[in-house]
Amino acid sequence: MTTTPEQVLPGPDEIDKRQADLPPVARLATVTLALAIIGGIYMAAGYDHSTSLVPPVILAALAAAVLLVNVVLLARIKEFDWGTFRQVFGWALLAYLVIAGILEFVFVYDHTPSKQLALFTALLAMFAVDVPLLLAFSVARYQPVPATAA
Amino acid sequence: MTDTDVETPVDVGAAPPHAVGGPPSVPEFSIVPVRGLPIVAALLVGLVVAIASNSLWALTFFHVAGGGLWTSIDLFLGLIIGPILGRLSVQSRIDFTVRFMPKMILIMPTLVAMTLGAGFQLARHLGNLDAAYPHHGWLVASYIIVGVMAVIALGLLEPANLAVLFELKKPRPSGERIGRLMKIFIYTAGITGLMQIATIVIMTFLASR
Repeated sequence: MTTTPEQVLPGPDEIDKRQADLPPVARLATVTLALAIIGGIYMAAGYDHSTSLVPPVILAALAAAVLLVNVVLLARIKEFDWGTFRQVFGWALLAYLVIAGILEFVFVYDHTPSKQLALFTALLAMFAVDVPLLLAFSVARYQPVPATAA
Repeated sequence: MTDTDVETPVDVGAAPPHAVGGPPSVPEFSIVPVRGLPIVAALLVGLVVAIASNSLWALTFFHVAGGGLWTSIDLFLGLIIGPILGRLSVQSRIDFTVRFMPKMILIMPTLVAMTLGAGFQLARHLGNLDAAYPHHGWLVASYIIVGVMAVIALGLLEPANLAVLFELKKPRPSGERIGRLMKIFIYTAGITGLMQIATIVIMTFLASR
């Protein structure tokens, strides 16, 4: 394969160099997602029989704590394309609220006991917020910083 | 939606071995294919009706059709399309990506919602959620596999998909970044595809008991 100057892959640009300065929002969002999903699996596995709710409560609390830390870290970023972040977050939130809403509907329709339902709802709510946050951050991190934010 | 005649010349990475002329161009495209939204809405309404009516046929249809398509698309993308895409010219990859990836944004979450929503209700309807169900352990194993797949898909695959589309929307997209993100997309699709084989084994085992 012949290579001419315009065919060579460009090296890291300013946006790539800025990545090291960003907090680990994507990793923490994945941790929140994993904790919420593990909690959901535990509850679904013991859905029709009495299992202790302590493990999923701990998982939900951990997921909420990581999500909260993540939101704080995200809010402290100064040089960021917040316009794109809000655009992606808004639409993704709408989509994931629909998905979470359908799953919530299944649990309500099946007369899930109140404590289990509350926990399922909390886990679904975290899922519905965490995934849009992850998607919006993953897009906005590679966007140029608007002049007003820099 | 995705196909228009407007093209913007951009700098995006290595040119194909047989490329002729200037840098590759990115066709005008929409990140979310709006024309597909009514189909998604119709499927989700159908899913809710299936759950609310507790119809065994409708629940089986949504679970099997959704799961079958989810599995097939993952396998086809990761094991067939991925390697082919890796060998195409940059221009061909761009042309494919801007037409294919927006559709995936609508298709995959819809299939996942159909499969999981109908699947949970179906399992409840058939009594499979009960711990007394002799193959309950297999069902829990399938939950774990789906859980791992969900973390990979939502934590890596989907963010990479969206980031590629937004990168291609820039006046001068970075070829290196697109290549890096596309690798994540293809590899994670391959991994989830292979995990889908385990799901097929479990589901066919359960269906045959």
